[in-house]
Amino acid sequence: MLFIVPSVATKMIKDTETDLNECCGFLFGHQNREHRTITKSLAVINSKTSDRRTGYEITSEDFIDAELMAENENLDFLGIYHTHPNHSAIPSDYDQQMALPCFSYIIISVMNEKFNSMRSWQLDSQFNFKEEKIDFMLATN
Amino acid sequence: MATIIIPTPLRRFTNNVARMNVGAGNVSDAVLELTSSFPELKKHLIDTNGKIAPFINIFVDNSDIRSLDREQTQVKENAVIFIIPAIAGGITSPKK
Repeated sequence: MLFIVPSVATKMIKDTETDLNECCGFLFGHQNREHRTITKSLAVINSKTSDRRTGYEITSEDFIDAELMAENENLDFLGIYHTHPNHSAIPSDYDQQMALPCFSYIIISVMNEKFNSMRSWQLDSQFNFKEEKIDFMLATN
Repeated sequence: MATIIIPTPLRRFTNNVARMNVGAGNVSDAVLELTSSFPELKKHLIDTNGKIAPFINIFVDNSDIRSLDREQTQVKENAVIFIIPAIAGGITSPKK
């Protein structure tokens, strides 16, 4: 189960729904054996040099900053979010090919510049994406 | 000693160790020392030719080793080596 603090989900949606390009960012929070809670997101620039409407890249420098920020703020670095403009929130083959173990991958579907849906995925032990249920309520612990 | 920082998503292969001290030398030596300590990590960092995998970036003291001497880049005492996985995705694959 992936819990997302509602204000964090709202910010991700607000930041991304009017952008025709794929938007991307990092996810932070806390985790235990049963679930994860996203308490912070950090939008970063899509550094892809070709068509950013159908893909994203994040620089190594932004990744380093995210790792160090998580360490400094005593947060767990939990994953990555990105948008699929005018497509569903289902990962593409390329999303799966580039995915890293243990990270949660939130995909936000934006249709005609309006939020459509948000789903989260994580690699299983066979390195295939498996959906993880999202709940927009605070975890109790 | 130099310090090598393992990225969060690969720490499941290092028993959750985030940082490891390695001897000075070059990047290749440092990665070998790391993967000798954590053998499960090797397939995620090294390709079938024994080189750093193309989807792995390595920075030494904030400089990408691709702009230096790649695996032969010198690692000084107190250097910080950052392993960074390529982060990308999207609706379609980039054209080759």
